[in-house]
Amino acid sequence: MESLSTPTALAVDDRLVIAGRPLRSRLMVGTGKYRSNAEMVAAIEASGAEVVTVAVRRVDLNRADEEGMLFHLDPGRYLLLPNTAGCYTAAEAVRYARLARAAGFTDWVKLEVIGDAETLLPDVAATIEAARELIADGFNVLAYTNDDLITALRLEDAGCAAVMPLASPIGSGLGLVNPYNVRTIKARLSVPVIVDAGVGTASDAAVTMEQGVDGILMNTALAEAGDPVRMSRAMGLATEAGRLAYLAGRMPRRERAVPSSPLTGMLS
Amino acid sequence: MSELSVLTVGIRLNGEDREIADDLTVEGLLLSLKLRPALVVVEHNGEILRRERYAEVRIHAGDSLELVHFVGGG
Repeated sequence: MESLSTPTALAVDDRLVIAGRPLRSRLMVGTGKYRSNAEMVAAIEASGAEVVTVAVRRVDLNRADEEGMLFHLDPGRYLLLPNTAGCYTAAEAVRYARLARAAGFTDWVKLEVIGDAETLLPDVAATIEAARELIADGFNVLAYTNDDLITALRLEDAGCAAVMPLASPIGSGLGLVNPYNVRTIKARLSVPVIVDAGVGTASDAAVTMEQGVDGILMNTALAEAGDPVRMSRAMGLATEAGRLAYLAGRMPRRERAVPSSPLTGMLS
Repeated sequence: MSELSVLTVGIRLNGEDREIADDLTVEGLLLSLKLRPALVVVEHNGEILRRERYAEVRIHAGDSLELVHFVGGG
């Protein structure tokens, strides 16, 4: 069997570029909820992802062995993308983003302002407000948002480096529930559109990429898989497969059969 | 008070009241907590502290510090 840890390389002529930086994969992955750090590192490796999200939290002073993600992931090898997960106001998100930048290795931030604790759906007004403030402060903002065209346009107007509509709610694994909305956003935006949240399995990733979006970000689908390393490899392949299928262009759908073999030359 | 006694000051550290040795620098505090200064970001009285200043900034009674780092997240 082929090694699970060898992701296929993205075609050089189809590189995703965000804020001027070419990336080696269209798949971005999170670091939350893994059973162990060793499993997380192996899964990220198997996914082929370059952009890897992390969260900003207080150091737990009662657990001296807690080293944090920088101990496990080399910022020279991965583009560690700090998020503002858990923030419910623009001010809070801006504070977390600035703390993340002070770590000293990136001015990119995955902006996330949650509006509701039960659905984890974004507060899009607060997201736009925070995006404006962070962009004025020199950040490259990748903004998590609802699959709403108008919000996506506002985020692009604000100067976001990428706009990240959800496929379905964070951690739900429901897959892409509204392909039409995501296609509409992709058709209207010039900045990269990265679908963030909701993908559950490899077919979801392929279907999402087949809409023509520029990339996918996922965490739970990998961390909660029975075998995260195997699923990460599957997601890397599915992301690439979906991208290739989109570029290739699918055949038309028709509601009647058309034979693939000649109708002539049959034996009498 | 004997010369050997260590003076302490009360501060607010990651949301909890703590007594720490008097006249500590931020770097000294991190090292006393067995934290690597290179892996921790410090907010001191609401202001983010640049890492180059950890060794020079001293902590005073009543100061508030937040020590944060990166953890797993999506």
